[in-house]
Amino acid sequence: MTEPLVEIRGVSKRFTKRLDVAGKIAQRLGANIREETVHAVDNVNLSIQKGEVLGLVGESGCGKSTLGRVVAGIHPASDGQMFYGGKDVATLNGTDKRAATLAIQMIFQDPFASLNPRMRVEDIIGEAPRMHGIVSKAESAEYVDDVMRKVGLDPSLKRRYAHQFSGGQRQRIGIARALAVKPKFLVCDEAIAALDVSIQAQVINLFMDLREELGLTYLFISHDLSVVEHIADRVAIMYLGRIVESASTEEIFSDPRHPYTKALLAEAPRLDQRRRDFAPIEGEIPSPLDPPSGCTFHPRCPVATAECRTTVPELKAGRGGRETACLLEHAETV
Amino acid sequence: MTEVLEVSGLKTHFFTHAGVVKAVDGVDFTVSKGEVMGLVGESGSGKSITGFSILGLIEPPGRIVDGSIRFNGDEIANAPEERLKTLRGNRISMIFQDPMMTLNPVLRVDTQMIEAILAHENVSRQTAWERSRDALGLVGIPSPEERLQAYPHQLSGGMRQRVAIATAFLNQPDLIIADEPTTALDVTIQAQIIHEAQKLTKRTGTAMIWITHDLAVVAGLADRISVMYAGRIVEQGGIDDVIDRPLHPYTVGLLGSVPTANRRGQRLFQIEGMTPNMLALPEGCAFGPRCQALTAACSKRPPIKDVDGRSLRCFNPQRTKETTL
Ligand SMILES: Nc1ncnc2c1ncn2[C@@H]1O[C@H](COP(=O)(O)OP(=O)(O)OP(=O)(O)O)[C@@H](O)[C@H]1O
Ligand SMILES: Nc1ncnc2c1ncn2[C@@H]1O[C@H](COP(=O)(O)OP(=O)(O)OP(=O)(O)O)[C@@H](O)[C@H]1O
Ligand code: SF4
Ligand code: SF4
Ligand SMILES: [Mg+2]
Ligand SMILES: [Mg+2]
Repeated sequence: MTEPLVEIRGVSKRFTKRLDVAGKIAQRLGANIREETVHAVDNVNLSIQKGEVLGLVGESGCGKSTLGRVVAGIHPASDGQMFYGGKDVATLNGTDKRAATLAIQMIFQDPFASLNPRMRVEDIIGEAPRMHGIVSKAESAEYVDDVMRKVGLDPSLKRRYAHQFSGGQRQRIGIARALAVKPKFLVCDEAIAALDVSIQAQVINLFMDLREELGLTYLFISHDLSVVEHIADRVAIMYLGRIVESASTEEIFSDPRHPYTKALLAEAPRLDQRRRDFAPIEGEIPSPLDPPSGCTFHPRCPVATAECRTTVPELKAGRGGRETACLLEHAETV
Repeated sequence: MTEVLEVSGLKTHFFTHAGVVKAVDGVDFTVSKGEVMGLVGESGSGKSITGFSILGLIEPPGRIVDGSIRFNGDEIANAPEERLKTLRGNRISMIFQDPMMTLNPVLRVDTQMIEAILAHENVSRQTAWERSRDALGLVGIPSPEERLQAYPHQLSGGMRQRVAIATAFLNQPDLIIADEPTTALDVTIQAQIIHEAQKLTKRTGTAMIWITHDLAVVAGLADRISVMYAGRIVEQGGIDDVIDRPLHPYTVGLLGSVPTANRRGQRLFQIEGMTPNMLALPEGCAFGPRCQALTAACSKRPPIKDVDGRSLRCFNPQRTKETTL
């Protein structure tokens, strides 16, 4: 095995909702309120080989974006370590740290929020490469045109502001901005979710071309299973801050093991199913403020047993060596 | 069938410094009670502006310049703001791509939902609160009592969209215009929301226009589909007809570019070129520069024709293409 390009070990990220003054006083006076902690990411290990595409799939609020942001260095982790090219990122010094920061870029979920509405597109894309000396001032205009063409944007529109573009065009501006600093590793957080199909196909092809041309590595976060199936080599399924199944794309889609993975696959809309009755899995999504005991999926799991309510399943090899966090899968090893 | 909405010859243009953007340029469709119409199309093709036009939410430099919008038989195109206000959020609701367009960031969820009910109905605050709580439960929000006390920024993206959807459903409207409502959500939540939408349309006969770029969602949900390109509907018909036997080259291309298992790892079919510049559309068919079936005839604007039981704007219907799913 070659050394992974990016690896995280035991990473957790907690958000604490601090009490305001009124809350603190009320608490002193004996009111039953306290600081609430969300375990957005809970003890996650991941390693991504150079040139690999790892798909990350999971429920709304399960911590995908938070994990993506920790990997991209935008959020510091509460616990755990992150390695880039085999080196602990926390120990990197000035220039190495800057190189690592530039090498990992993130493409965001929300094209509306991630672009400065008061900047012209040419500056949104061109500012960082100029600032970091990737292109000279003189070459900048041509460089911006190139990057825009790469993502399917008409360079003649570069003097416009972001708000003058439609949703799909704005997302392509975001991709162009990330590509402009010549990254090695892209964290794509729902990067094509807001695009319409013909442009999705272009961008998926673009991501695949860039991977070959530039040897890019991806953490590809998406709720669209068919896109993940198409683009990823490996898939990790996340539920309430934890990875519940991880396997090759082939294995996940032809033979899902974790009950949550099975539910996801069953409910994905497909072109060949018309006016179907959508029959979502039962139960509510648990609040991450107060996650269920034992296996956090147990309230929604159709095959849960009594043990699932008390025992926390670890992510480990079970039946046929497949990695899941499911007690049933682990029990069937014997 | 009772027609809830009848749009004909609708044109909504934006008069910008750079020129006139014909965002919606001659759109016709009807939606009947209980019917779901899927509206799909390229980014910038005018789907949202069609929705905004129906709701009377077009602001300068934009204006409805032509056409008619009949809601339950009444003309509402360019109706007075007072009239539109009583319709919005009551008889017609919209769910936006970005939930923060409906949610007020500085107000608690309960305040917003209760106000939405009290604005149109004379019920007690307590009743309004209970209905809000139940609506949140219906869209799968855990511990709705607690969530009612939250501010929008305290919720994740998916949660916010579900609050926006619950709010749209509050007054059991006749028509819901849903603009990419599940785009950012994962499949179990999408399935729940579509499931709720299906239940609601069946129970109350609410008609729905579901705007999306996800053809698979439309396939699973809609009765009819309209495919929009550069401000016009280029193909419109029953869901099975259009998805199994697309006639317009753009529809053919769209269906061909959906990633499916049998194309894993391969390059996807892609429609060449980019979103048309709405300020510089070609003389003839707007899809011409990207079309693989272009002929000399296409230098004229293709009119709407009835072809094989659907309406089509194309001189060269693609009868040979059968979609392989
Ligand atoms: N800055 C923050 N402060 C407090 N809580 C946060 C913050 N960011 C995220 N959270 C919480 O952490 C959890 C994980 O959120 P995250 O955005 O990572 O989920 P996600 O999987 O990306 O969801 P979605 O599919 O909706 O984008 C959620 O419960 C969210 O409310
Ligand atoms: N305020 C405005 N001023 C000028 N042009 C506008 C304005 N709002 C929208 N447009 C233009 O109108 C056209 C239609 O926009 P609309 O938002 O309806 O597209 P859409 O089909 O909903 O796209 P998307 O899938 O990206 O949401 C676009 O070309 C857009 O640039
Ligand atoms: S551990 Fe139990 S509850 Fe959890 S997924 Fe497995 S069977 Fe279901
Ligand atoms: S009218 Fe001509 S250019 Fe337009 S879609 Fe049909 S074949 Fe293509
Ligand atoms: Mg997210
Ligand atoms: Mg839109």
